[in-house]
Amino acid sequence: MSGAAVVMMVVSILIVWGGLAAAIVNLRRGNGPGPDIHRDL
Amino acid sequence: MTTTTEAEKRRGAFSSRTVFILAAIGSAVGLGNIWRFPYVAYEGGGGAFIVPYIVALLVAGLPFLLMDYALGHRYRGSAPLAFARLRRWTEGIGWWQVAICVAIAVYYAAVVAWSIRYTGFSLTQAWGDDPESFLMNDFLQRAEGVSFTVVPGVLVPLALVWVVTIAIMAFGVQKGVGATAVVFIPVLLVAFTALVVQALLLPGAVEGLDALFTPQWAALLEPGVWGAAFGQIFFSLSVGFGIMITYSSYVGRKTDMTGSGLVVGLSNSGFELLAGIGVFAALGFLAQANGVQVTEVVASGIGLAFVVFPAIISEAPAGALIGVLFFGSLVLAGITSLVSILEVVISAVRDKFELTRIRATLLVTVPAALVSVAFFSTASGLSVLDIVDHFVNQYGILLVAVISTLAVAWGVRALPGLAAHLNRSGSVRLGRWWYVLVGGVIPVALTFVLVQQLITDLRTPYEGYPMWMLAVFGWGVAVAAILFGLLAGRSRWKAGTAVENFEAEHDREDAA
Repeated sequence: MSGAAVVMMVVSILIVWGGLAAAIVNLRRGNGPGPDIHRDL
Repeated sequence: MTTTTEAEKRRGAFSSRTVFILAAIGSAVGLGNIWRFPYVAYEGGGGAFIVPYIVALLVAGLPFLLMDYALGHRYRGSAPLAFARLRRWTEGIGWWQVAICVAIAVYYAAVVAWSIRYTGFSLTQAWGDDPESFLMNDFLQRAEGVSFTVVPGVLVPLALVWVVTIAIMAFGVQKGVGATAVVFIPVLLVAFTALVVQALLLPGAVEGLDALFTPQWAALLEPGVWGAAFGQIFFSLSVGFGIMITYSSYVGRKTDMTGSGLVVGLSNSGFELLAGIGVFAALGFLAQANGVQVTEVVASGIGLAFVVFPAIISEAPAGALIGVLFFGSLVLAGITSLVSILEVVISAVRDKFELTRIRATLLVTVPAALVSVAFFSTASGLSVLDIVDHFVNQYGILLVAVISTLAVAWGVRALPGLAAHLNRSGSVRLGRWWYVLVGGVIPVALTFVLVQQLITDLRTPYEGYPMWMLAVFGWGVAVAAILFGLLAGRSRWKAGTAVENFEAEHDREDAA
């Protein structure tokens, strides 16, 4: 694998999966009220 | 007058934010993530494609997703009801989206059915030495033009898909749609990860990854590559045709919708990246096994899934395992997406006619199943599917998306109100930047993609199909969806349905 390809693969993984990890952390740290629960009729 | 809470109990709802997120991911992660993204990325500059792809995700995909969330979450209804509550004259947009979902569901089920058969075929490698001939002649028994010769090998799994899907839909929002996502999405992730690991262990996998990730920076100067990135993001996120509006109407009113949207959008992209790695590792193996360059075995869509992957399965060590994981993943991803598409229609019918869940499910799914079986278990199924898919995507989803952003941003000028709604409980604040993206960048970018495709389709008949087939199954279906939207949007709501005064009522409840 060429050096450029390795770099772009690592960059892509960091951006997309790193972004996903950050988004999950952001959502879990939210201090908003808990979700409403409804009956499913 | 029916209060909002009563309406929520009657319509059904997801039991938690997690179930909603999994259902939304299940809708977004579909066949296109697995068989379209790797090819689009490879053709669009390889490693360099990450630039337009991320730009498209940030400036179009996520902002559009949040607009859908805002509409459904604020106006608490299926697409037609949410648009009717936004402004009565926009209701037709919602029905247009419903019609598009009907057209997609009818053929999407067929691809899931093929994937079920191919999961079984993988065990015996039933395609022998010539997967393409097996697909066209032995399995689909493809005929030129329109043929109503029934193909039992497709009919049986297609009927099975519909029986299973109808059962899921009948169970309701939480016990059907939500529970399916809660089970299927983790299984899909595990199965696909196992597939990717297996593919990475194959000889030649590194050459495949090299082909996918080597950056072709000159591609960034081509407008077509940017159009492809916006198109990929748009189609793979399931935005713009009612699914996310419907799903967000089933979520608790104080849920963090912007934070949830980021997780859903990035999960979708994360899965696409995983698919790119797995598919190109496998393609690298196939190229090496045949002594050719990767570029000579690259394919997308049905060709990738049902011709190239069988060839990989035949030649790879533990090929049967790869086959079961690959086609099993297509089945899981396909069913969660099919469920979400049908939910748009069922939810709309329930809202409009105030039917029970079971009645609405049967009213929608039984006719759809019959049409699906009639057209796609026949010898002409592949041709009709290919035409409907192309035209419904381009002149259905893409066009209605442009119209809906223009209507919401400029026709109604609803963006400040929608942003304020999401900001009440959202962890990511929407401001003027969101108005600019939804009202300016998104319609311009999507119109560019649309016009580009329109010029191609007007110059050359799509895939060389006869003009009458393109007129009936292509343009005909796309125009019929618009006409249905226009007509259905003029129909009356039942007296108990809050439409005109919903906004004031809702704001009062929000303030309480």
